[in-house]
Amino acid sequence: MKEKRKGFALGRREPLTDTQMLMFISIGIFAAMYIGAMLTLGGGFLKPQMIFDLLNDNAALIIISCALTIVMIGGGINISVGGVIGLTVMSCALFLNNNGIESAFLSILLTFLLALGIGLGFGLLQGFLVSHLEIQPFIVTLAGMFLARGLTTILSVNPVKVTNEGFLALVSTKLKISWLGYVAQNGNLIPAKIEIGAVVAVAVVFLMFLLLRYTKLGRGIYAVGGNRQSALMLGINVKNTIFWSYVISGLLSGLAGFVFLMHKPAGNASVAMRSEMDAIASSIIGGTLLTGGVGGVIGTFFGTMILATIQKIIALSPLNASWWQEMANGAMLSFFILLQSVVLMRKNRSGSRKRKGPDGKKKKTEDPAAQSGSS
Amino acid sequence: MKQNRKTSSGLGQLLIPLVALGILIVFNIFRDISFFSIGMRVNNAGNIVLTGNLISIIDSASELAIIAMGMTLVTAACGGQDISVGAVGAIAGAVFVKVLQGMGAITIGSVILAFVLCCLATIVFKLFNGTLVAVFKIQPMIATLILYSCARSIAYWINGDATPQLKSSIISSIGKTIPGIPVPTPIFAVILVGLLLFLIFKFTSLRLYIQSVGINQGAARLNGMNPIMIKLICFILLGVCVSVASLIGVCRLGQLNHKTLLVDIEMDAILAVAIGGNSLGGGRFKLSGSILGAYIIQMLTTTLYAMNVAPVNVKAYKAIVIIIIVVAGSPVVKNKLTALWKRLRPVPVPEGAEKEG
Repeated sequence: MKEKRKGFALGRREPLTDTQMLMFISIGIFAAMYIGAMLTLGGGFLKPQMIFDLLNDNAALIIISCALTIVMIGGGINISVGGVIGLTVMSCALFLNNNGIESAFLSILLTFLLALGIGLGFGLLQGFLVSHLEIQPFIVTLAGMFLARGLTTILSVNPVKVTNEGFLALVSTKLKISWLGYVAQNGNLIPAKIEIGAVVAVAVVFLMFLLLRYTKLGRGIYAVGGNRQSALMLGINVKNTIFWSYVISGLLSGLAGFVFLMHKPAGNASVAMRSEMDAIASSIIGGTLLTGGVGGVIGTFFGTMILATIQKIIALSPLNASWWQEMANGAMLSFFILLQSVVLMRKNRSGSRKRKGPDGKKKKTEDPAAQSGSS
Repeated sequence: MKQNRKTSSGLGQLLIPLVALGILIVFNIFRDISFFSIGMRVNNAGNIVLTGNLISIIDSASELAIIAMGMTLVTAACGGQDISVGAVGAIAGAVFVKVLQGMGAITIGSVILAFVLCCLATIVFKLFNGTLVAVFKIQPMIATLILYSCARSIAYWINGDATPQLKSSIISSIGKTIPGIPVPTPIFAVILVGLLLFLIFKFTSLRLYIQSVGINQGAARLNGMNPIMIKLICFILLGVCVSVASLIGVCRLGQLNHKTLLVDIEMDAILAVAIGGNSLGGGRFKLSGSILGAYIIQMLTTTLYAMNVAPVNVKAYKAIVIIIIVVAGSPVVKNKLTALWKRLRPVPVPEGAEKEG
């Protein structure tokens, strides 16, 4: 009896171990891929600037992937993130060009607040519809995506270039680290450049990691995603937890829009088109399961970096064509999905032998109920 | 949730979509009664065809309605959606055109052969999805994300960069109208697919099997069903639906463009399933609801066009209407409304309904 209890105590940490294991797999594959690229392609991959370039180019994607991860851990989904980026970029670009405020600082601050406000609005609306009216998250956020894309084209069908000088100065501001730089052919030292957006993205990953790990809300999100009924019986306010996860997700998408504008200062109706699917792919590669309860933003960060590295490798290799890139993405995705599925299946099989039978069975019978909430 | 399932009768599920359709019709009557006028005209080929907004709604919703039917089955059995239908449709179109071009002349026989081959190709890709979902137990949305992201590239790879044209009276009679029959052919395709599924459900127990696998897979397995087989059958049926829709899509334009063929139709199809009152979490389903949902979406789009909304802006208005429909159909709002209705009109209610409130 006592031994059984010990086994159970070990098993109690299982969700966390799943998260960590899937995270380590993705970190390992990222490292292997990067080292492989260093050895075979050399060139740019040997310079530290390459890592910073990956961060600079994908800052917005990293942020929305975090936004998606949080919702996915709670057992939901949010496919409006790309649309919200598009809307934020467009409205911020229009606001910067037309506000007529003298002070550059004030104008940028107001733009930043506008971006967060748009994201917050979408987050509040979607969170309310999903948590309190119990509408399927997929449909709610699909409608959110349509709304955001439609509003973007209502604002302007033509591309809008930011002409606000204060903001353009902010765009060209870069952190320069000379000791990570390299010496160019003409003998000049070119320092490593990091954009503000990349710093923001890394900060967001860190903050969300802390939020999920150490706050009541974060732990509640894991509990609700793992099993709604048990969470309810543990006294967690399920509706509020889900609501706030969508609000955070919306806020982060607004922030991602601002970061996107700092990387490419122009609004366009097709900005971040289909980026929600990239974000979902990053989360999955990072080890977050769509069923909820498992995953983490650190894994998601590496998931995004894996996708970005694939893109860079294909761009530098002789197969440089958009369709090769998509096929490589698809192959990579299927590899990860199959790997995760096999790992989890093996683990569950060995786990159910150690744990008691009824536990495993109970999980199965509750599956449809949990899924009806999730997708 | 489960009590809801038990007590909701067949009509109850269709109530919201029917009301939505009714409101759209009434709105159009008050806006402009000529919206409903149906006329006859002679088209370029010299055939007499029916024209009018209603005909164009029913005609252009055909692809959506067909795919929505297949999507309903997959949703019911797997508790998740296939988001790769549009992209796999592009592959189907590419195979169809490639075979037709390889055979040279376009005859009825070559079209049928090309269609059969494109059906087989689609089924192979759908079985790939189905295996991931049924055997490896991966969430459908994630499993189909793979083909969603790369199937259009495969279509490109099959057919090269060009947008091949198909010029033949057979192609136009599949995509538009058959000479002598004024009704557009795609409408018959919807009826045909619907009839096929109806007959399958009438003469086999597939419907019951799909529902039981969707509601409780473990229980279904213990009762002697093979959930993996049932799920694979659903994906095969979806594959057939996708290839029919893709055939219509290619023939309607008379050309193949792998980037725009059936683009974004997966989202509309999932919407149609949800508007039709089907649970996206699997279990009980009604095909008629999904078909109704498809026509509602198309009617909404056509109404917005008729109100001079620019095509690129339609999405925003569509989103608002969709939100209204799903809010009206949400269990919380439904329960509150039923409670309110009961308080206003105290009538004897059966036991089951009382629990629900």
